[in-house]
Amino acid sequence: MRLLFDRNTWQEIFGSIGKNKVRTIITIVGVLWGIFIYIALSGAAKGMDNGFESMFESIARNSMFVWAQSTSIPHEGFKTGRQLQLKLEDAAMMENRIPELQYIAPRNVKGFFGSEPAIIGRKNKSGSYPVFGDFPVFTKIAPKKIYDGGRFINDEDIDQARKVAVIGERTQQELFEKDEDPIGGYIKIDDVYFQVIGVHKFDPSGGFGGDGDIFIPFATYKKLYNTGDNVGWFSIAAHDDVDVVKVEDNIKALLRNIHRVHPDDERAFGSFNLGEAFNRIIGFSKGITFLSLIVGIATILAGVIGIGNILLISVKERTKELGVRRALGATPREVRSQIILESVFLTMIAGIMGIILGAATLKLINSFTQDIDFPYTNPTVPIPYVLGALAIMVILGTLIGLIPAQRAVSIKPIDALREE
Amino acid sequence: MIEIKDLHKSYKMGSNSLHVLKGINFSVEEGELVAIMGSSGSGKSTLLNILGMLDEANSGEYTLDGVPIKDLNETKAAKYRNKFLGFVFQSFNLINYKNAMENVALPLYYQKMGRKERQEKALKYLGQVGLTEWATHLPNELSGGQKQRVAIARAMAAEPKVLLADEPTGALDSKTSYEVMDLIQKINDQGNTILVVTHEEDIAHMCKRIVHLKDGIIVKDEKVKQVRASEYV
Repeated sequence: MRLLFDRNTWQEIFGSIGKNKVRTIITIVGVLWGIFIYIALSGAAKGMDNGFESMFESIARNSMFVWAQSTSIPHEGFKTGRQLQLKLEDAAMMENRIPELQYIAPRNVKGFFGSEPAIIGRKNKSGSYPVFGDFPVFTKIAPKKIYDGGRFINDEDIDQARKVAVIGERTQQELFEKDEDPIGGYIKIDDVYFQVIGVHKFDPSGGFGGDGDIFIPFATYKKLYNTGDNVGWFSIAAHDDVDVVKVEDNIKALLRNIHRVHPDDERAFGSFNLGEAFNRIIGFSKGITFLSLIVGIATILAGVIGIGNILLISVKERTKELGVRRALGATPREVRSQIILESVFLTMIAGIMGIILGAATLKLINSFTQDIDFPYTNPTVPIPYVLGALAIMVILGTLIGLIPAQRAVSIKPIDALREE
Repeated sequence: MIEIKDLHKSYKMGSNSLHVLKGINFSVEEGELVAIMGSSGSGKSTLLNILGMLDEANSGEYTLDGVPIKDLNETKAAKYRNKFLGFVFQSFNLINYKNAMENVALPLYYQKMGRKERQEKALKYLGQVGLTEWATHLPNELSGGQKQRVAIARAMAAEPKVLLADEPTGALDSKTSYEVMDLIQKINDQGNTILVVTHEEDIAHMCKRIVHLKDGIIVKDEKVKQVRASEYV
């Protein structure tokens, strides 16, 4: 240990490394390349991971949509092809029967799925935007960022069927003046006046919904469009640790039961399982991360073996020098630790340079992908990975240095001196 | 200073064994300048290597400055070499990427001496061999004689009990050889014990005593009248 912290030791090592520049550079390049590949690959994988993650950030990861279609199997006297309609009370049933569910948000929309968007007017301006009838619970599943001063629909809005609306950024820009505060202002939705209570921030990174969406209380929507207890579709979020695929099956089985549909009628209810899709993508990006880890470590290994190889050759070249050193009183231990320290030191220098280069490359890639529509954000390599890589390099550098070091001391000084 | 009793050494060459030293008895007092002479194959280098603990005898006793040299492992040998012995080789054996001063300072490094002290001492010994101005030159920028003088400075820097020189003039022309011998004589004049292995008569006669080796035994051990190398320079 004393050896490690002795200035003299390091001066000897710097001397021998610094004065064999070609050898040093060639040695360094191998490991540098290895760690560079490792950092660049795992950083890029992480960037992709982050990209996917931010795509799904705006929506609960274990959520799904369920909607009604028409039957495909005759059942209980009903003919096939019967159009099904989800009802508000389905939500309560699901909540009671399926404990895995965390949130259920019944939703309606005008402006999607074939229906005409609502005409929204204000003073002399007008436009058409989709209008959603929603419960407050919807924001638990798909969080909406509301600009300061505003809010989303709350329970009282539902209870009193208030005529209030949360509008999108685009709607605000198109209907309001630049310096005008939209909160408290009035807009006309299909000829009915609504008070604006909030403006939601549009998240361009992904998720669902647009910058022109208007949200009004479900109860108000029901009155406005005379939809009764009809529900367009359910947005459902399951608890974090449950199997979303199984929950999806349970929900559809329950709905078939409620709506008197044949138990095997797969087409009666449609669903889209975000959780499952998300898991698949996460699995994919995990696979890529793993792959990059393996490739990176293998490349580092190859680089370190290269160092060992070159040191082995250089030990052969330096047999005489090492013999002289031993004639002058260097103990085998001192010779051995010099070779090992040279190996470790070279590995470390190469590693650190590789990390810096890799990080620079990642930054470059990041600045190129900033503005394009590609799931790639903030490519970073976690510090533990970097430290792990450095640790691997030190360990491998030591182990690989042992071979030339052992060779160096296995030659008797007398033979070393005789070598020409 | 050096006491050798009944020293034997043989090398295994395949199935044959080559008996190189066949019972050497020999002692050297402090301050002597001894030449070990013999034709090639006489065992002189082997003897010197055993004296220098670079090689080990098969049997016999070896005492250096009152310390019995036996049961050597590499670490122990390295420590003794560092403490007791200075080496001068025929092919100089300077480290080619270290400059003259660093070469001289190297044994001091293995004595765990601090860098500053090391350099001061190295410069002092370089001065003694007249190479102060060449301190920062690399070996390949030096002439053969200069290289050997650096090597001698390096051997002396550790302040050894005995200086062992293996054909120190073997690679040098006669003029340079005499310069080197002059240096060796001067060092001996300061009271240092020196053993020189050589096969050159004139070099041998610049020592105070000549030990003739033939086929692994000492055939003649004589004190001679020293020829001063400075007469030829």
